[in-house]
Amino acid sequence: MAPIISISSLTKTYASGFQALKRIDLAIDKGEIFALLGPNGAGKTTLISIVCGIVTPSTGTVTVGGHDILNDYRAARSLIGLVPQELHTDAFESVWATVSFSRGLFGLPTDPDHIEQVLKSLSLWDKKDSKIMTLSGGMKRRVLIAKALAHEPQVLFLDEPTAGVDVELRKDMWNVVRALRASGVTIILTTHYIEEAEEMADRIGVINKGEIILTERKAELMQKLGKKALTLQLHRELAAIPEDLARHKLTLAPSGKELIYTYDTQGERTGITALLDDLARNNIRFRDLQTTQSSLEDIFVGLVRKDR
Amino acid sequence: MKADNVIRPVGPQTVNLRAIRAIYGFEMARTGRTLFQSIVSPVVSTSLYFIVFGAAIGTRIQEIEGVSYGAFIVPGLIMLMILTQSTMNASFGIYFPKFTGTIFEILSAPVSFMEIVIGYVGAAATKSIILGLIILATAWLFVPLRIDHPGFMLLFMVLTAITFSLLGFIIGIWADGFEQLQLIPLLVITPLTFLGGTFYSIDVLPPVWQTVALFNPIVYLVSGFRWSFYSIADVSVGISLAMTFAFLALCLVTVWWIFKTGYRLKK
Ligand SMILES: Nc1ncnc2c1ncn2[C@@H]1O[C@H](COP(=O)(O)OP(=O)(O)OP(=O)(O)O)[C@@H](O)[C@H]1O
Ligand SMILES: [Mg+2]
Repeated sequence: MAPIISISSLTKTYASGFQALKRIDLAIDKGEIFALLGPNGAGKTTLISIVCGIVTPSTGTVTVGGHDILNDYRAARSLIGLVPQELHTDAFESVWATVSFSRGLFGLPTDPDHIEQVLKSLSLWDKKDSKIMTLSGGMKRRVLIAKALAHEPQVLFLDEPTAGVDVELRKDMWNVVRALRASGVTIILTTHYIEEAEEMADRIGVINKGEIILTERKAELMQKLGKKALTLQLHRELAAIPEDLARHKLTLAPSGKELIYTYDTQGERTGITALLDDLARNNIRFRDLQTTQSSLEDIFVGLVRKDR
Repeated sequence: MKADNVIRPVGPQTVNLRAIRAIYGFEMARTGRTLFQSIVSPVVSTSLYFIVFGAAIGTRIQEIEGVSYGAFIVPGLIMLMILTQSTMNASFGIYFPKFTGTIFEILSAPVSFMEIVIGYVGAAATKSIILGLIILATAWLFVPLRIDHPGFMLLFMVLTAITFSLLGFIIGIWADGFEQLQLIPLLVITPLTFLGGTFYSIDVLPPVWQTVALFNPIVYLVSGFRWSFYSIADVSVGISLAMTFAFLALCLVTVWWIFKTGYRLKK
């Protein structure tokens, strides 16, 4: 299957001489949700802006749906919807007018039913005649999403869509995103909320200082790096780990009151039963236990730190 | 999944007419919202010119080549309005989205630069032509008018409106701040218009200044436009028309250059 977006050897040096992207190679599959994570200034917005035609690339090629973004920009861009990071909206236009404008701009015939459906899905229907400047920040964010959806894009870019957005809108938004995905739309989002990537994405890319340092299916990423730790709070202090338990590679907390066992959740067997049996045999009793899993956040922070 | 399953609403060779219509409509709606500033204030200010120069002072000034002074200045005043309004409107029209950031949508849309230009410049020119016609109608209330060559009158009006809307568009793209938007209209266009024979025939100038005046492009526009009213002109109408087309071509070439280089629109 040919990827819907393919980026190769892409670099960007701004007029100031600052190199924001250093040789990016990336392929996005049709229909996936791709989350691009990275610290401030990593180059996420720059990358998105190049694909959408707002920033010109310095070198390299990008194709969208097989169409080169420079030579065949009409075909490439007509597939794309963009929700920018900043709240760039008109002020005096009504919601309805600005959303209809977007559809026309992308060369599609007017379709009031479609616009109505988009506005309703974003809980904007009762605001359709309001001037945009009378809306709150979160509402403006919805308007931007509605504008991007007005022209029925095949690929949707969401640049930090949930920055400054309340729980309700986030839920609305993820519902919209799921529905879009179900209809075959490819979604690329950037976010600083790692839980979001963890919850929504099929695949995750990490960008740092203009370089993609990792792309991985979320499940595999979690699997690879997703170790779990079982902590047992003991009844009685232990001075040392008994010989008998050595094969479990346990760690004893300095207090002597906690035993920590790390295991791979995806392994054939976790070894927990054996451990508990051995503990019982050695008459080590515990009053409580808990398990913790390394989150995407831990993974992410680890990666970016290593890269520094 | 085959690549041709992907919808391609706009082919590479076609013109995105709907986008032109969207931009044009957006700009015209903006005019509609600011109807008072856009139409009423220029009409009021030109009416004042007619009252002062046409009725009050004009009666004491002798006729120029058989045309009363009040009537003589009408074409010049209409030109003055068309020039300044076209420039201001078109420059503001493209500068404002740059300023607010909404330009991102235009840049990311499947539209060519020429389509963007047609949308913005078309709307600005339409507005000045409407304004010019309204001022013409207003003038009729104050002074006796006669239009010998209505076809040419419209031609000069349309060409000038388009040319100066293009100039405004270029200024809007060049400008980095609101002051710069005002700079060229205020420092270049208005003085050149006043010196360009709006209120007098350049025949009344001393010979040296008559030669200098011929370097003022606006002399040709005003002269040609006045000729379409009263068949009197400072320079022959053929030269006026040729110069008008030359300015139009100059602006088109500049816009084309901006398009080629992506000047100031894309980072
Ligand atoms: N127009 C510009 N001229 C010069 N440098 C720029 C320009 N735009 C962005 N940069 C720089 O390029 C780098 C990448 O910026 P970009 O906006 O792509 O980061 P980002 O990953 O989107 O960050 P954030 O998470 O803060 O949105 C930054 O160091 C930024 O300062
Ligand atoms: Mg960003």
